[in-house]
Amino acid sequence: MTQQFYVSPEQLMKDRADFARKGIARGRSVVVISCRDGIALVAENPSPSLHKIGEIYDKIAFAAVGKYNEFESLRQAGVRYADVRGYSYDREDVTARGLASVYAQSLGAVFTAEQKPFEVELAVAEVGRTRDGDHLYRLTFDGSIADEPGFVVMGGQADKVAEAVEAGWQGELDFAGAIRLALAGLVADKETATLPPSAVEVAVLDRGSESGRGTRRAFRRLDAADVVALLAEEN
Amino acid sequence: MQETTANQVAANATSSFTEHLQRQRPELLPFNQLPATALTAQAAAPLQVPHGTTIVALSYAGGVLMAGDRRATMGNVIASRHIEKVFPADQYSVLGIAGTAGIALDITRLFQVELEHYEKIEGTLLSLDGKANRLGAMIRSNLPMAMQGLAAVPLFAGFDRPAGVGRLFSYDVTGGRYEEQEHHSVGSGSMFARGALKKLWRPNLSEQDAVAVAVEALYDAADDDSATGGPDPIRQLWPVVYIVNRTGAVRVPERELAAVAGTIIESRAAAQREA
Repeated sequence: MTQQFYVSPEQLMKDRADFARKGIARGRSVVVISCRDGIALVAENPSPSLHKIGEIYDKIAFAAVGKYNEFESLRQAGVRYADVRGYSYDREDVTARGLASVYAQSLGAVFTAEQKPFEVELAVAEVGRTRDGDHLYRLTFDGSIADEPGFVVMGGQADKVAEAVEAGWQGELDFAGAIRLALAGLVADKETATLPPSAVEVAVLDRGSESGRGTRRAFRRLDAADVVALLAEEN
Repeated sequence: MQETTANQVAANATSSFTEHLQRQRPELLPFNQLPATALTAQAAAPLQVPHGTTIVALSYAGGVLMAGDRRATMGNVIASRHIEKVFPADQYSVLGIAGTAGIALDITRLFQVELEHYEKIEGTLLSLDGKANRLGAMIRSNLPMAMQGLAAVPLFAGFDRPAGVGRLFSYDVTGGRYEEQEHHSVGSGSMFARGALKKLWRPNLSEQDAVAVAVEALYDAADDDSATGGPDPIRQLWPVVYIVNRTGAVRVPERELAAVAGTIIESRAAAQREA
């Protein structure tokens, strides 16, 4: 019979955390920026169909880095949670805070109880009527949750990207400005100076969706052509 | 067959909100809630609950249009003058439901979430035939309630984007789905509305003409059916009208409807005819 070695809980948790961190650091980054027009979500993602950014509910969006199958199952669980809640209570009773806390609990449970922790990092964003009403939550693999003012950067070289975004961030940016800032941030850890629009996935939570487009669903995906058009507008 | 993990995952993967509720929260579904006593109470007097009445739908040059009157009745009493019975289902489709109002409103709400849920999970819109089939399945699920006298019968209209045409679907209480050509109506005043539509509808109507035809058909239904409400200039109440075309579903503004209804009332008054 093999001898069971004693492993201290500290060591066990540290090993799990190191494992998850390694997995996340391999991925490409995602930037979520709250600005005057709403919230811009920008991810480096060459695939046009395997999304890292998704719509959860009227005012709530989701962004993730890490293993696709793991964050995709969390995204679907989030959509189900939000739809059931909105259907059984009312649409306005679905909040990012409630969703983020469910995510935190699931990630925490998986981190301690399962064979392997989820190698993902999530952002849950909710657009408000004014910029002060915006909420950005960052959730890490162990279930930690943080309420971030202004912007969230996750993934591979998050430190370098966050530095670049922080230098240019201000609340008065419009969508074009915020997307330009995110794109500039995403190349901070690379040798190239720009990213082609086909290499990024861009979506926005539009603060004025009711007045501008006549829909309560604020989430809008921008394809490569939309991004080029939006960035060209300002120049 | 051995239950492998892959089988379990595949079996649990669903893009349908109704299916998810059936598994996790069956008590939230508008059907499936028939109390045991209701089955034995069949012989008793029918339950007094509000009923929604007439819905008309017709095709026009750019797509389809649906209109509903604003009345709900409970026996011989007018339960509501303001009720709305035509709703957008998603960006490219609308539905109107006649029958037991409480069930109709809940099925509408479930159907709206069902379509949005699919869109969010799958990342694409459900096809128009897919939407029509899902609605049929919901009406079929309500059959036990319909047998107790709590029936709701929808009319569904949408723009088929790949084909580039507007399409209409009618249903029966068993969930049977029938594609309709040109125009259709459901509800207690539908016979009279259908008669009016037969005379007023022409191929390739313009958008304004189509709105006028729908409002006039409802006017005729209200003229002969006591459960259908006509345009009400005193309370400024007009039918609810939705237009669905290539750009999506939009509600026709109140002032436009007020003008259309005003013209119809004036022309009828000027004609000085009994019928």
